[in-house]
Amino acid sequence: MIELEDVWRIFRVGESEVHALKGVSLAIGRGEHVALVGPSGSGKSTLLHIVGCLDRPTRGRYLLEGREVGSLSEEERSLIRRHRIGFVFQFFHLLPRLTAQGNVELPMLFAGTPPEERRERAARALGSVGLSHRSHHRPDQLSGGERQRVAIARAVVMDPAVLLADEPTGNLDRASALEVMDLIEAMNARGLTLVVVTHDPAIAQRARRVIRMDDGGIEGTGHAARGTGERVSPSGTPTPEPRGGG
Amino acid sequence: MRFLDLLAFAAGALRGHRLRTALSVAGVAVGISAVVALTALGEGARRYVVDQFAALGSNLLIVLPGKVETTGGAPFGGVTRDLTLDDFRAIARLPRVRRTAPLAVGEDTVHYLDRGRAVPVLGTTSEFATVRRLEMASGDFLPPGDPEQGGSEIVLGMTVAQELFRSENPLGRIVRVGQWRFRVVGVLAPRGRSLTFNLDDVVLIPVRTAMRVFNRSTLFRILIDVRAHAEMEAAKKDVETLMTERHRAEDVTVITQDALLSAFSSILNALTLALVGIASVSLAVAGVGIMNVMLVSVTERRAEIGLLKALGAADRQVLAAFLAEAVLLASGGGVAGLAVGAGAVRVFVSFYPSFPASPPAWAIAAALALSFAVGVGFGVWPARRATRLDPVAALARR
Repeated sequence: MIELEDVWRIFRVGESEVHALKGVSLAIGRGEHVALVGPSGSGKSTLLHIVGCLDRPTRGRYLLEGREVGSLSEEERSLIRRHRIGFVFQFFHLLPRLTAQGNVELPMLFAGTPPEERRERAARALGSVGLSHRSHHRPDQLSGGERQRVAIARAVVMDPAVLLADEPTGNLDRASALEVMDLIEAMNARGLTLVVVTHDPAIAQRARRVIRMDDGGIEGTGHAARGTGERVSPSGTPTPEPRGGG
Repeated sequence: MRFLDLLAFAAGALRGHRLRTALSVAGVAVGISAVVALTALGEGARRYVVDQFAALGSNLLIVLPGKVETTGGAPFGGVTRDLTLDDFRAIARLPRVRRTAPLAVGEDTVHYLDRGRAVPVLGTTSEFATVRRLEMASGDFLPPGDPEQGGSEIVLGMTVAQELFRSENPLGRIVRVGQWRFRVVGVLAPRGRSLTFNLDDVVLIPVRTAMRVFNRSTLFRILIDVRAHAEMEAAKKDVETLMTERHRAEDVTVITQDALLSAFSSILNALTLALVGIASVSLAVAGVGIMNVMLVSVTERRAEIGLLKALGAADRQVLAAFLAEAVLLASGGGVAGLAVGAGAVRVFVSFYPSFPASPPAWAIAAALALSFAVGVGFGVWPARRATRLDPVAALARR
């Protein structure tokens, strides 16, 4: 499903080079639930952006559904983002001027979906996150949890293959966070591949596989559900360990 | 992306900043209304002049003494012979000439009882009424006859008649011009200013008499009504040849109305274009205003642009969305400016009803096209900046 082979991402900052990813290799299967953990600046967001086709690897190969996407044109990559990938962000990124319904319709706007079909599909997606009754509210009239659920409805309305969530609960209280995680895990259970970037060990432990990153490389992989929790300290900082992965 | 969706999306974004949107629209509206109002006035001025010439008669040739040329080389260079009644009679015999009227001009006071009024006195013949398309309010024009005969008939302009006679009927009354006595035979219908003379404020007497009154032997002008409009140039040649023969020198100037008209017309067109050029400056300023607003908008909405890209908007769709905003701003200003400009012209015309000012169709079309072009022209650069935005950096911020 997702295959990365020796992926490097190097940013140029003035004269110097910053190695955000140092030869990451990774495979994520269809329908997997993977958590990416690691301290700030460890490269997990960069990795997520590359997987989400928002960024390109400087070196290395990235195959999505068996297709090399690193070298595709910007136009083709926008099509992949539109149809195959759903994004959920920490700060929701809902457009404040649009209603919940309008926000969910956005991706279909770019796909040129006819208005009636758009309305119907958006309503269905909002129903699936339990927000049918809030569809005509604007984001500022919704609670944080509700906003994130609207964002999830928007992420899945195009029926993507992968859902990429960048700190999806980072801005939510515990109860809303659990609601949101239950929701995206239910979607994962129906076959949606799920990659969650998080600082929160409790969230990470819900994943079938935890990939820990540090300093641009993969530190280790474990199955959280089988008790690899000792690799992730309660503060969310990984314990030092010989470099693995890359 | 569907076109209507694109417009709705852009309009929605503009509604988010009502004041900013209103000010940008107002900027373009000022420019467009200036273009519309100034072209309307310029075009009005042109039509006013054209109408004036049409009132003169479209087949008119005017012969005036003298020739514009450099003089002084030869000892007797520059001496010109005057126009005389003999010249007039010779011209009248030319085959292409339908009618012709001599014109001698002086200024004197016209008296009736104790009232007097200083006015231009035009000496001419009965043909003058047809050549200049004059209409009578009452009575008749000067009687036909040999121009050498003279006579004591006088025709009054409307203002002269009203001032001298008040409510009295002037027909048949005796007026004095200097020491000379004349009998009023007619009053001209109101005509207004016609280029050189205000025909409401003149009196007309037989040409021979006028030359005697003013003690001169020469004519001021000879007016010619040519048989067919197509023969204007040929008739002009005929007159020039004839006068050259008679005077043994090319010492008269013959002007056609078309030449005058096209000279005036091109002057006024240039004037209109200059006005439009000035108005366009304000339009360019408004365009820069739009560019500024769009740049601010792009900077402010970095997160939105990043989001749109993450949701699968292609670069050209982001470009189209921002360009649509700029074009909506500019076109909105165009329509508003058209309304304001046309309204201003209406108000102007209600104060000066005789001035035929109205925005020509081409100006309306050009104003709308121009506002659209301003939107595209000044919107492209900000929109391109939006597409170049790195979505990762844009999304990283709140």
